[in-house]
Amino acid sequence: MALKTEPIVLNIGPQHPSTHGVFRMKVTLDGEVVVDVEPVIGYLHRGIEKLAEGRTYTQNIPLTDRLDYLASMTNNLAYVLAVEKLAGIKVPERAEYLRVIMAEMMRISSHLMAVGFFLNDLGAMMTPVLYMWREREKIIDLFEMVCGQRLTYNYMRTGGVSQDIPEEFLPALKRFVAEMPGYIDEYDQLLAENEILLARTKGVGVLSRELAINIAASGPVLRASGVEFDIRRADPYSIYDRFDFDVPAGEAGDCYDRYRVRIQEMKQSVRILGQAIARLPGGEVCAEVPQLLRPPAGEVYGRIEAPKGELGFYLVSDNSIAPYRFHIRPPELINLTALKDMVVGWKVADLIIIFGSLDVCLGEIDR
Amino acid sequence: MTLLEHLRLWLAMTLPGWAAYVIPALVGIVVMLGFVLTMVIVLIWYERRLLGRFQIRLGPNRLGPEGIFQPLATALKVLLKEDIVPSKGDRIVHWLAPVVVFVPILLIFAVVPLWQGAVLADLNVGIFYVVAISSVSVVGVYMAGWGSNNKYALIAALRTVAQMVSYELPVVLSILGVVLMVGSLSMTAIVEAQSIPFILVQPLGFIIFFLGAVAEMNRCPFDLLEADSEIVAGYHIEYSGMKFAMFYLGEYGHALAYSCIIATLFLGGWQGPLLPPVVWFLVKIMAIFFIIVWMRSTLPRLRVDQLMAFAWKALLPMAIINLFAVAAEVLWLPQTLPWLPVAVNFAIAGVLIVLWSRLFSLGGGRVEV
Repeated sequence: MALKTEPIVLNIGPQHPSTHGVFRMKVTLDGEVVVDVEPVIGYLHRGIEKLAEGRTYTQNIPLTDRLDYLASMTNNLAYVLAVEKLAGIKVPERAEYLRVIMAEMMRISSHLMAVGFFLNDLGAMMTPVLYMWREREKIIDLFEMVCGQRLTYNYMRTGGVSQDIPEEFLPALKRFVAEMPGYIDEYDQLLAENEILLARTKGVGVLSRELAINIAASGPVLRASGVEFDIRRADPYSIYDRFDFDVPAGEAGDCYDRYRVRIQEMKQSVRILGQAIARLPGGEVCAEVPQLLRPPAGEVYGRIEAPKGELGFYLVSDNSIAPYRFHIRPPELINLTALKDMVVGWKVADLIIIFGSLDVCLGEIDR
Repeated sequence: MTLLEHLRLWLAMTLPGWAAYVIPALVGIVVMLGFVLTMVIVLIWYERRLLGRFQIRLGPNRLGPEGIFQPLATALKVLLKEDIVPSKGDRIVHWLAPVVVFVPILLIFAVVPLWQGAVLADLNVGIFYVVAISSVSVVGVYMAGWGSNNKYALIAALRTVAQMVSYELPVVLSILGVVLMVGSLSMTAIVEAQSIPFILVQPLGFIIFFLGAVAEMNRCPFDLLEADSEIVAGYHIEYSGMKFAMFYLGEYGHALAYSCIIATLFLGGWQGPLLPPVVWFLVKIMAIFFIIVWMRSTLPRLRVDQLMAFAWKALLPMAIINLFAVAAEVLWLPQTLPWLPVAVNFAIAGVLIVLWSRLFSLGGGRVEV
């Protein structure tokens, strides 16, 4: 006699330890197996795109900090690059190098958080997170030196950066660059050959190459699926064409590959940091830009390789002091659209780690 | 004869018969309860401090020397919390569940010998009693999951039943290996038989029992029923106040009970040179608990099907082979060479573990069990 069973609907989030913010999933479960998942977003919606239309171009920089608050520096960078493209501003050499240094530090910090919390979702009880926070803390201390803030930096300006680095910054950064490869090896030692980690992540949550391209995924999620697409290489912005670095890519597109790609990218970022420090020129850190910027009427799309993927800003100017339209292309929201295809048929525990491996931050998804 | 029986005989010389029975029983209960609760407090502190060290932070260090009073503060906080019962939950089952979880764990300590004679009841079926009693708390966990009327708790409860039933088998089979060598089920007799600690004589049995015990006490990497990153807190998600404290006590009581049993079965109980017996026993408990905390702070969690596959496809066959190997040794190996089985069993354990790690993988990807 077969027992009569029926699927249950389980609400995961918005208050749940593994939803990385206030994400909510309406999951239909058949026992432990996920039958259907319906993401519900918007719990952190602040209307940033509309708010920005009533503020000047400079006032909008702090708003971008509040998008992906684990990678504020790169959000700043993407926005100011778009404004500079719109207004045709030339940035001094030193400022370009400083921007690259900050962006790569931000990438390391963001990936540390991503990998750490991914392991936390796997059940490794805070230990990897705390080890990775040890290094993230050093990066944040460096950011605090240059701009006084530890989470929302507001450091980039149209035409450069807000202030020059203090003299104790470079020695501290050099020490960090020298130490970091050793730390990454330490994580590898703890994690890479771990039987349980391999069993939990290999082959789990495969995002196929075709699907990844079709949904316009970007960042480590796309590269883990075997597409070597990195905007730093494919469409170089700022001065990225002067640096020597590799674009790591996975093969299978499973959770393990997404984890590996992030670890590899941290190593590449350390390489870029080393080159940038060696070549850092002197001079001005900010171009002469009018207090109230009035870009000529027109539209522009500026994009960068943020830690989580292609972060783009689409700006329309009507020659006033505020943007007429301010649109953000959030990489995480677009990566998240593949969630259902990846999790259906897997168990609840897999749902959590697949979601974790996408590395989302709700500040950017909800805007 | 246990110390309590000595006390009874001594009292019987002066007091009426009933008092000579009641007083030793009360003394025994108070001492054992005191031992369990004190040790639970110590273990909570010990685990927090250890986790702090493993996670490059300090751990609690403010309240008292080295933060030793922190668990007391936690206990006080938990006691003062409001007791919440879900309005659609089953009130009686919800109320009863913590008791059903906690009481069997306390009962285990009745047969744990702290040192020679210091045991509440030296049952001649001691280890059998432990196995029987400890599986009762599964019912309590299931009651908690069902009575809470919460889907997370229900998933945890269903996982519990599967997990506990599966891991009971390898645990019992590895105990049987010990029992075969000793020829008695009494805990005291098992300790006294260990001129060489059984961890050396039966390394494979120890590993199987240890992993099974970790799974039984729901510790990482087998902590699926309270997997905080998936089903938040599992079966005790709807509990607060004193009822939650009972689960908390139960969890650490379980860990303490299994540490005691491992120390008794495999590490020679209270036996050891120089130090007094009870100190040796405590040192062994702490050493075992250290390994448990170490695993907790290092390893990720298994998935449900991998957990079951590990019990049925790896631990159970190895436990059966181990049992037959031990039986053959007891039959045919000469008793005059006590170190011969040590060498033989280490060889068997090594071969089997290597073989299984080749034959059997936890299985990444989609594995249906």
